[in-house]
Amino acid sequence: MKALAARLRERRWVWSFAGALVVWLITVISAGGRGAGATLTAGLGFAAFYVMAGMGQMLVVAAGPGNIDLSIPAVMTLAGYLAIGAMHGDPSMLWLGIVVVLAVGGSVGLINVGLIKIARVPPMVATLSAGFIMQSITIAYSKTTTAKPPGILMQFAVGRTMGIPWIAIVLIVAAAILGLVMSRSVFGRDLLAVGQSERAAYLAGIPTRRITTIVYVASSLLAAVTGLLLAAYSGGAALDMSSDFLLMSIAVVVIGGTSITGGRVSAAGIWGGSLFLYLMSTMLNVLGLGAGVRYGLTGVIIIAVLALSEDHAPI
Amino acid sequence: MSDTPPLVVMSGISKNFGRVRALASVDLAIGAADLVGIVGHNGAGKSSLMAVLRGTVARDEGRFLVDGREVAADYDVRQARAFGIRSVFQELSLCPTLTVAENTRLSHRDLKGWGWRSAARRVIGKALDTIFPNHGILLDAVVEDLSASARQMVEVARAFSILSMPPRLVILDEPTSALDAQAAHQFLNYIVRSRENGISCLLISHRLKEIVDHTDRVIVMRDGRVVDERRASGLSPEQLVEAMGVMAQASETAVAQLRPGGSGRAKPAAQIENAVLAHDARSRGGRIAFTAKAGEIVGLAGLDGHGQKQLLQAIFRSALGPADAGLRVDAEAAYVSGDRRAEGIFPLWSISENLTVSLLKGIARFGLVSARDEEAAAREWRSRLGIKTPDVRSPILSLSGGNQQKVLIARALATDARIILLDDPMRGVDVSSKREMFDHIRHEAADGKCFVLYTTETEELINCDRIYVYYQGEITAEIPRHELSEERVLAASFGRAEEASDAAA
Repeated sequence: MKALAARLRERRWVWSFAGALVVWLITVISAGGRGAGATLTAGLGFAAFYVMAGMGQMLVVAAGPGNIDLSIPAVMTLAGYLAIGAMHGDPSMLWLGIVVVLAVGGSVGLINVGLIKIARVPPMVATLSAGFIMQSITIAYSKTTTAKPPGILMQFAVGRTMGIPWIAIVLIVAAAILGLVMSRSVFGRDLLAVGQSERAAYLAGIPTRRITTIVYVASSLLAAVTGLLLAAYSGGAALDMSSDFLLMSIAVVVIGGTSITGGRVSAAGIWGGSLFLYLMSTMLNVLGLGAGVRYGLTGVIIIAVLALSEDHAPI
Repeated sequence: MSDTPPLVVMSGISKNFGRVRALASVDLAIGAADLVGIVGHNGAGKSSLMAVLRGTVARDEGRFLVDGREVAADYDVRQARAFGIRSVFQELSLCPTLTVAENTRLSHRDLKGWGWRSAARRVIGKALDTIFPNHGILLDAVVEDLSASARQMVEVARAFSILSMPPRLVILDEPTSALDAQAAHQFLNYIVRSRENGISCLLISHRLKEIVDHTDRVIVMRDGRVVDERRASGLSPEQLVEAMGVMAQASETAVAQLRPGGSGRAKPAAQIENAVLAHDARSRGGRIAFTAKAGEIVGLAGLDGHGQKQLLQAIFRSALGPADAGLRVDAEAAYVSGDRRAEGIFPLWSISENLTVSLLKGIARFGLVSARDEEAAAREWRSRLGIKTPDVRSPILSLSGGNQQKVLIARALATDARIILLDDPMRGVDVSSKREMFDHIRHEAADGKCFVLYTTETEELINCDRIYVYYQGEITAEIPRHELSEERVLAASFGRAEEASDAAA
């Protein structure tokens, strides 16, 4: 029993999958056994977008206390609008869309890093205010465009094989790679070291500034790609398309077992957390409960996860 | 007298942390006005016993009486304070963003209402003036602006400050390790004086001479047990070392073999002509330039906070990027800090992960590190430095402080760095581990590495080939090992360089 408890403490992500399973079972049972597979595959599809943004958030959170990226939703919408607008529905302009996504993601990431590391603005304030500026650019730009995404991109975003969304397959692979990078690569170790103690990491010879730069840029890049794919999925960019992602990108990471104070991550847990939160909202819909209940429950669950999972042992 | 029960009686106290037996049926009695020293290697159970006494750790078994009455099962820090039991922590517990006076309020809750601030200032000021005359600490200074030594002085003064509930027993866990020599002296004299006011002290220290000179009796702990108790008068530090275990002596002979008298083994150093490290501060008015060669152990001495740490940090910074003005660094550098909690360990990780973090690039294949390579490297260093753990995959926090420090030293030695910067690296390390590590450091130096050691303990300087003494950011003396004497270091530490070198010449 003790060994099992220790293993569960190591593998915190198991809980998020267990939660997702329970929520899914309740949904299926209360719907009289119908739509079990459809609920799950739809869940995979939607959860994949949370996972994509959540991976970036996880990297940032891993960098230690105070590190958080609140510009994710604004980057998503801006990248979605600018990239779809640049391609203007033309499949041969796909490269331009990708360039725009990389440019938006890269530059916002660098702005965040500059604000945090050079101007010494706390990450929460820096990314939030960078987000506001992006949002205002998006609003100005959105008035001039009503472009549709190129067909090929839409097909990719909604494509399925045997009912499983392509995007979900890509992100399962991506999460597996991220998991390997975090546990076994030099970069992953360096990041986890910075997250536990930036001072100790610096004195151990780790290039702390480079690590911080990489995670913020990676987070913005992932957010930009998420924005493009979400716009393609829904047939065009919309100003409110990412409003969920501010809270969700943080919630899926925390529920998945990543420590909010940094230094401990779980890439698999992002999938568990995303599936759990998506399936929970499905369940509440099936049970006839609205968005208000969903937000309330999400909040309670995050508090419960933090209260139960963080180690209270003194260092 | 016989009807007054002793202040504290503990009998048969046991405590386990997981599978580790920290305390095995310990008996301890402390009377009023009783000065008791406790010695033992790291992991002997000293800190655990103190934690039970001050209420931060609950005992598993045993009886615990204060004033003759059994303490409640939920005994905690608050109740301990109500009994007048106070602590000075080995790791500083002041809040860095608050002032000296505000920190006083934190542990003295009866400083409240209008004017608490001036009351706090008065209380702490009085304690500081009594214990450390001419301390020069501003009571409205923010703690993080103070030197480590000044912070420790505040910590000590806070524990001894007198309010409605005066201290009756003060637990002192390595109180002098962060104090400079003069303050340590003042403090130790104070605890002897305070006995006249009925205050008892429990003194834990690795500086055995302090204990022998300033306590009534000494308790020796080993492997979670009290193995010996002696009267302090007439006791010598050597006898104490003997009582603590035999390991230390074996190491002593090794020291003697490696280090014949005289200016010592300079052969490997002489083959390499150029300094790998040079710092010329003469342009800023300093008289002596700092150099260090491969194969050398160079010591930095002087009172704490006089520029030694700044030099170490400047060397480290310059090894990574563009060099600071006046500084030449010709090799990679690694840094070992004695402040392991803030600047050393990664608390969530295993021993192995902590040890290998700086050499991952070297053992990675295609950017990935295999657990097997990593643990093999960790096991190798475990046996080289004698890190006491059955499994390198155990959490770093399962090790005692001294063993954690060995891991940090191994981390630095395992890298390719030829310059190893040691920033008070033996803080809280017991005598025999310390000797083992210095033996190892000398071997590594003989193989061509260059060590720069800053230490607050004068006796560690004997391991150095040359010693630079700092005073107010400048080097006031350069002392070769064969001329090393405590008087010379002390004279130069107070800026009396000329007299010191004249005396030597």
